[in-house]
Formats: sequence, C-alpha cells, structure tokens
Amino acid sequence: MIVSKLKPFEEIIEVLSMYENIFLMGCGECATAAHAGGEKEVMEMKKQLEKSGKKITGWVVPKETCHIPLVKKELRIHKEEIKDTEAILVMACGAGVQAVASATDIPVFTAVDTLFLGTIQRYGRFTEYCSMCGHCILNETAGICPVTRCPKGLLNGPCGGVLENGNCEVNPEMKCVWVEIYEKLKERGQLANFTKLREPRDFSKSSKPSKLFLKGL
Amino acid sequence: MSLLKDYLKGGKFVITAEAGPPKGTSSEKLKRSANLYRGKAVAVNLTDNQRAIVKMSPVASASILLQGGVEPIMQLTCRDRNRLALQSELLGAYALGIRNVLALTGDHISSGDHPQAKPVFDLDSFTLISTIKKLNEGHDFNDHPLDGKTDYFIGGVINPCSANMELQLLRLEKKVKAGVQFIQTQAVYDVDIFHKFYKEAKKMNTYILAGILLLKSAKMARFLNAKVPGVRVPDHLIEILDRSYDPAEEGIKIVKDLIYSVAEFGDGVHLMSVGQEEKLARILKEVIEEKPGIYQPPED
Ligand code: SF4
Ligand code: SF4
Repeated sequence: MIVSKLKPFEEIIEVLSMYENIFLMGCGECATAAHAGGEKEVMEMKKQLEKSGKKITGWVVPKETCHIPLVKKELRIHKEEIKDTEAILVMACGAGVQAVASATDIPVFTAVDTLFLGTIQRYGRFTEYCSMCGHCILNETAGICPVTRCPKGLLNGPCGGVLENGNCEVNPEMKCVWVEIYEKLKERGQLANFTKLREPRDFSKSSKPSKLFLKGL
Repeated sequence: MSLLKDYLKGGKFVITAEAGPPKGTSSEKLKRSANLYRGKAVAVNLTDNQRAIVKMSPVASASILLQGGVEPIMQLTCRDRNRLALQSELLGAYALGIRNVLALTGDHISSGDHPQAKPVFDLDSFTLISTIKKLNEGHDFNDHPLDGKTDYFIGGVINPCSANMELQLLRLEKKVKAGVQFIQTQAVYDVDIFHKFYKEAKKMNTYILAGILLLKSAKMARFLNAKVPGVRVPDHLIEILDRSYDPAEEGIKIVKDLIYSVAEFGDGVHLMSVGQEEKLARILKEVIEEKPGIYQPPED
C-alpha cells in the first residue's frame, strides 16, 4: 500500500486561502488504511474547514482514487455538488491527486504528503520494504531487500560501518540488513549469493516516468 | 609510478599517514602537512569529505600534497558522486600525477554537516574498485576505450578486529576479486587478533597495512570501544593511560609499540589521528631514528 500522512492543517488552510467552496475527496484504499483519507478523516477535515469558515459543497471517498475512469465516474455522480465548487481537496496519495486533477478543470489540491510503499507491520504501523527499483534481486538476498532497507542501498554489503552487535551504523536500533542477509544465506548454504560481486543498479530500467502497457488488453 | 607499490612489492615495511583537507580554499594546512611528512611517510591519505562534512576535494588536496613532495593516497567515496563523476575524478587525478587511490563506500550523509543532501551510493566500495580496475585496463565502466589509461594502485578498507572475522574475510575476498591491491585496516590495538586476521588475509593476493589510531587519553579509548565498530582497545592499555600523568605521551608510546609489533610480521602500518599531524610526524621521526632496521623512509 501507499503510505501517506495528512499535512499540518495550517498548510492546508494556507493553500485554500483564495477559495471558499471546497469539495473533499478521500480514497477507499491506501489512504483509508493509512488513516489519511478514509471516511473518518474526510469527515474530520470537513468539520475543521467549516470551523475555519469554508463551505464544503460535498464529499466522496471513491473505492480507489488513483483510477482515472473511476474518478471521472464519481465526478459525474457528484456533478450537482461540484457545480459551484472552487477547489477540490484530495486526501489521497500523489497518484490519486493527479488522477483527479486530470479529470477536471477545477483546481485540485492535496491534503497529504505521500511517503512510501509500505508493508503493514500491524494495525497503524507501516515500514518500507520495497522501493520499486525495477529489477528485483530478492531471489538472491534471502527475501530481504537491501535496495530499500539498507540506508545506503548497497548491493554489496555490509558497509564498513556495521556495528559490533550487527546493527546498522545509520540506524543503530535496527539490525544491519546485510548482516541479516548474510546470516540467512549462510544458514541455507547459499553464501555464493553473498560473495558474488553484484553489478551496480541499471537506472535506465527505472527512468521516470515509468509506464507499463499490457499487450492484448 | 607508485612508491607505495614499490615498497610493498619490494618487501619493504611501509608507514603511511593521514592529512585532512581544509574546510576552505587555504592550502596552507596541506603545505604544512607536506612539510611534516616529506621524507618520513611513504605515502599520505587525503580524506574525502570525511564524516560527510564538506572539505576541499581529495583530488585538489592530493595534488597540493604531491607538489609538496609527498606521495598521496587519494580517498574516494561513493556517497557524493555517481559513476560518471567518480570516473572523471579518477581520470583527472591520474593526469595530475596521483597514483594511489583508496576506494570507500563512505559515511552516510546523515552524520555530516549537510544532512539534507541526496545520498548517491550509485556504486559501492566493491564496484568502485572494479571500476578503477577497468580504468587501469584502458576502458571505462561501460567498456568504452580511454585515450590514455590509468595505472592506479588500488586500495580498500577492512575491519580486521571485528567480532565477526569470518564476515570480514569474505568481504576481503570479494574486494580482492574486484581488484583491490592493498588494504588499510580500521584501527588495530590488539596485535594478536590482527595477526590472526593477517595470516588468513595473506592467503589472498593483497598487501595489508594495519591501521593505528593515536590515543589521547583513556577517555578517548573508552569512547572508541563504545562507539566505533570493530575498534577494541584492550583493558591493559586503558589502564596504562588511566594511570599515566601524561596520557598523550603514553599514547605516542603505544603507537610506537604497535608499529614495532606489526613490523615483526606485517607489510606495514597506516597511522591515523584526530587532527594531530605534528604528533604523527614526530612518531615517524622517532621510529626512523630508533629502529632504522625496520623502516627506511623515502628520500626527501
Ligand atoms: S529489489 Fe527491493 S526495491 Fe527492488 S523490486 Fe525487489 S524488493 Fe523492491
Ligand atoms: S550498516 Fe548495514 S544496513 Fe547500515 S548502511 Fe551499512 S550496510 Fe547498510
């Protein structure tokens, strides 16, 4: 899931200073799970904005806001409320905000900062395990991603700074992922994957903006 | 030609030392370092934005040292430059006469004075070593031919006294495979542990210089033990420092003893200090005078 976090309210009110009639849009997927743009947060935002003198023309939490056809459909359904709207405030990740912006001529603003692709540790706790590098090496690294979980993103770790207790020099409360990889590979008799000199990443494989068009669909 | 390489190939005991590039454009500090070390150290390391703090570039600093008559070992980290920038620095440095390079991953940006900067780490110490090897062979990272190749003596760092020696030996093996020719180790205080590591390491085709960091006080020794990975100052040394009425002087004696112990079996030592180059130069001078049999300094 994409982890996002609500911006401070002062920042939101500042960008909306020129507008009075606001429509709110959350997201039923990631932003709901991240507690940044679910129904509860949208209602809370509505209350706060109204307290600050804004008029909320309407609101919706689409199933997924990063889905352009779905967002267009929602905008059609809420046509009446949106008619007098001056700005749409989206409480979803950057992909969602831009999906909305591409579907309407009304100015669109974001209420969140989009953080990372998160793994849910448990309720309300997210950590970054994958940064979508475009060429997955998990099969060689005992299922642990050094690209993301080593602060230096090293493919040939550990670095010289690994602490005596096997923790990371950058985040001393976390185990060095390369020590973790080393231990797992050793246990499995796959140290060849550790001693192998891994070539640097090919960034041409992940040049921005990425796209994927599936054939035959 | 690398004097460092000549010494090691010729089986002569090596002592290298360290100089810190200035924070600013003044080259006075480097000229002073050159005067201190000339005719004493075989070669001198120039750090590369050490601890992620902005300093004069290692290429420029190494070049100034060379003009001062001292052979430089240019340190190069992967933190601040991508593979294009690293290669162009290496080509330029070679053209300026620099012949030794020490390839490092680099401290993380968060430890320095520009924590907001983008950490690069496009290459790592291993792939930087293999890249330098390619430049030595006359082509760049992507195998494009060079108009004039390099002939660097390629160095790396290993931590010999780490609790996990097996892991460190695997890292060394990988660096040797990548093309490393000499190693300057993290600070060593326990010569027995270092000797154990050394014997294993010498089975691989490389030279090993034991890192020796000058201790100022028992407090510094305790700090190193608590904070610096792989550095273990034995209790008896801490006790000596604690009891001494002049711990700074005691620290110098400890360094000399370590040098003499390593000289019994090793390739050489690399002296480090926290901004105390005068003291390192003094140690070099005393070693040369006290034990002319073990270390012959380069010609002045
Ligand atoms: S290597 Fe890491 S960042 Fe790349 S795709 Fe795999 S898990 Fe994601
Ligand atoms: S200690 Fe380990 S996890 Fe931390 S930066 Fe070094 S290699 Fe990466």
